[in-house]
Amino acid sequence: DGTSCVSVCARCLAKSDGVISIQDNRISIWSVGDLGNVGLNGEYQGEPQLLCDIRHNGDVMDMQTLSANQRWEKAHYHVDRDASCGGAACTGVICSNPEIVTVGEDGRINLFRADQKDAVRTIDNADSSTLHAVTFLRTTEILTVNSIGQLKIWDLRQQRNEPSQIFSLTGDRVPLHCVDRHPNQQHIVATGGQDGMLSIWDIRQGTMPVSLLNAHEAEMWEVHFHPSNPDHLFTCSEDGSLWHWDTSTSVSEKPSFLHQGGRSTTYFSHNTINQSVVSAWLSNDPTKDRMEITNLIPNQTLSVNSLDILGPCLVYGTDAEAIYVNRHLFA
Amino acid sequence: LLDLPPPCGEGRPSSSCVFVVRKDQDIYIQTLRKLFNESHGIFIGLQRSEEEFAGKSRKTQLVQVSKNYRSVIRACMEDMHQAAVSARDPALHSQYSTQVSILSAMELIWNLCEILFVEAAVAGPLLLRLLDWVRLHVCDVDNMVREVLSSENPSKHELFWNVVDVFVLQGRMDEARHLLSKEASANPTSVNMCRILDDLMKKMPVPSLGNTQTLTEMELKWQHWHEECQRYLQDGTFASNSHMESICKILLGDENAILEKKELMTTWYHFLVTRLLYSHPTVKPMELRFYAQSSMDLFLGGESSPEPLDTILMAAFEFELHQVIKECSIALSNWWFVAHLTDLLDHCKLLQSHNLYFGSNMREFLLLEYASGLFSHYSLWQLGVDYFDHCPEYGRVYLELHIERIPLNTEQKALKVLRICEQRQMHEQVRSICKIMAMKALRNNRLGSALSWSIRAKDAAFATLISDRFLKDYCEKGCFSDLDLIDNLGPSMLLSDRLTFLGKYREFHRLYGEKRFSEAAKLLLMLMTAHIAPCSFWMTLLTDALPLLEQKEVIFSAEQTYELMRCLEDLTAGKSDKQKFQDDDVETMKVEMLRLALARNLARVIVKEGTLEGS
Repeated sequence: DGTSCVSVCARCLAKSDGVISIQDNRISIWSVGDLGNVGLNGEYQGEPQLLCDIRHNGDVMDMQTLSANQRWEKAHYHVDRDASCGGAACTGVICSNPEIVTVGEDGRINLFRADQKDAVRTIDNADSSTLHAVTFLRTTEILTVNSIGQLKIWDLRQQRNEPSQIFSLTGDRVPLHCVDRHPNQQHIVATGGQDGMLSIWDIRQGTMPVSLLNAHEAEMWEVHFHPSNPDHLFTCSEDGSLWHWDTSTSVSEKPSFLHQGGRSTTYFSHNTINQSVVSAWLSNDPTKDRMEITNLIPNQTLSVNSLDILGPCLVYGTDAEAIYVNRHLFA
Repeated sequence: LLDLPPPCGEGRPSSSCVFVVRKDQDIYIQTLRKLFNESHGIFIGLQRSEEEFAGKSRKTQLVQVSKNYRSVIRACMEDMHQAAVSARDPALHSQYSTQVSILSAMELIWNLCEILFVEAAVAGPLLLRLLDWVRLHVCDVDNMVREVLSSENPSKHELFWNVVDVFVLQGRMDEARHLLSKEASANPTSVNMCRILDDLMKKMPVPSLGNTQTLTEMELKWQHWHEECQRYLQDGTFASNSHMESICKILLGDENAILEKKELMTTWYHFLVTRLLYSHPTVKPMELRFYAQSSMDLFLGGESSPEPLDTILMAAFEFELHQVIKECSIALSNWWFVAHLTDLLDHCKLLQSHNLYFGSNMREFLLLEYASGLFSHYSLWQLGVDYFDHCPEYGRVYLELHIERIPLNTEQKALKVLRICEQRQMHEQVRSICKIMAMKALRNNRLGSALSWSIRAKDAAFATLISDRFLKDYCEKGCFSDLDLIDNLGPSMLLSDRLTFLGKYREFHRLYGEKRFSEAAKLLLMLMTAHIAPCSFWMTLLTDALPLLEQKEVIFSAEQTYELMRCLEDLTAGKSDKQKFQDDDVETMKVEMLRLALARNLARVIVKEGTLEGS
């Protein structure tokens, strides 16, 4: 392994036993089975100092095609694009094939298409502070979080360079570092902040978070809902811990569809699933609904920078230059 | 590392000395970084492990730590070996191969130190451990062994007896006996001799690891066995087979017989262990030094001089810990090995507080050197932080100095550095780093970022600077930039007066835009009377009041109008005559207009307030 592992993506774990990690300009595909290393030198953002997370909604083929073909240099920069020190770090990227959205320290939002050389659209100075993360809300809307504690919705169909909605934290404007949307219920959004606090927002109502959960002791770098079972949420932090938040109503018996393999609807009907989710994340008192929180790292030392989950597999990368794969998450 | 030229003497005139400073290259080798990272984890684990266990369990714990370090070295060796094999560039290949042999030597030394110092094996088990050590590290003969064993007819192989000798020299009796049985079945004439030799090998007493026999018992048994071998030799039992005869002599500990097999042993320490096995299996740790010295002399025989590795091992056999550390520091190119080994030995309570001339002890000195080296790397510096944390005397100072000098190319890196400083209450460094980041952001016109850094550092002065910048922009452009920031300041508004003013001023504009005039008017007045607004801005505020004064509806009450007039007079009175003279027409006209508007408003409001409602 090379440098501090800044970002991991587990997209291909189910298909081909692979994990994609990004560190120091290298996107590497790791085969988890026999630890072979196939490195692709795709400089995804063309910026020497690089921090990004990639989530991909397509399959592995798309990812490979994208990284082999395109290279958008100087997508993010301060003031003068061509100045030697003018480059700015790109802090977040999200793909929804074939569209790619990036955000950076320059407060800029770029929209790319996989087959086009130049950016399709650029929103300069979208934010006066650093944009830390971006994710898709709907196919034409994105969510961004910034370093003055604001969550913004941007409608890409509209031509004006203003967010359609701004949400902010109560109290101190603590910077927000990560954002993720509930896979099924698109109005539920989770963000993580510099003080390690997890905030759950209902973007249909109000401009303030629904619940604030005191979590980590340092910056929360990433938050992810489990894609196929969103009763489960995962967060990782600078304090070296990775937490698994479990709000499934029955904690002792795990429904069979959580395990690797096909879905089974014998335990819960569709309605019950939705009900449990709605009450869990949006309720104001997590203790009432028996939320179980576990730290998945026994001997924590350095920061966990990034994580991803797919099915029963969890993968995360740390500042100790190591990537860990857990293939039996719910065993 | 410094390559120093000969020192300038005191009497000589100061000639310029050129210092060749070389960066530590090792930290940039890809495979070694695994070594640094994994050993960091082991180091931290060791520091954190409670000393609640006393005696034996603590020792077991420390031995486990030592084994962990060694397995990391071995893993690294494997990777390096793979890298060497797959390297196409010959220079790279040779670099990797050198690294492999250095790592191998490190593991050899560490293993010996583990046996002698960490485990502190006593007479009896000591020999067994040394045998394991030799078997593990002298691998030059492995190929030959494999070749013979895998051939169809091993006993007919030309190297057959060499392999048997190897087994005997390494005390691998069972394997030797197995080969002998092949010889017996292949060669009927020697069946008798093989049987006897086999029997001798089977009966050879070895020290036990458990408490099944005392040393004295073992020595007694061994004496008997030794005499039996002697008898067979003297009877000429093996006279017809020179190979077996030499094996018997080896079993008797005959130095010359053992020395004849020099090429099979390859090193003097192998010779040492074989000697001990067959002449003094109950050797005590403190007796090792004598055997070691004589073994080296006999083996090298004056032909070659000892190499650095030999010197180090000799120092270990002599139980000269400090000598071992010193020799290793000289021989190895970076501090990794000595730092971690010394730390482990320190935990074994083996190093007296051997104070160096500048006050810290050896363990701390080495850890500081190692960690400082890590800081020059763009990502390994994080490991260095933990090492400094565990240096009680100078660790903090070193950390304070190093952490300020880490280049902060991205915000995420700056955040990590800040978190480290905050956790250790290094407030000076927090302030200075936040200031650097805020200045960078300001220069790049990222006002929101700059503000967020000032909030982190609770830096009121900088917040004031940023607000002034915003206000300047407003005065120049006539509108606010970055409204998303100013409109959403929240409690951070209170960080500095100027920032509060900015927030409130923007609120005034918002209220005006929403046509909530009386609230806007009250706010505007408050900004001046509560002295939230800086004096330089009062003119602008008063000018902003003009449209409110000119409204059809009367907005300012009489009280408020008097207040406004007072503010205006304060403002103009404050200017000296010279300033008034320099004021251009625009300025004087503004003042005139204001006076007029205020007077008119006053007139209207007096009438309005004097009028009875409903009449």
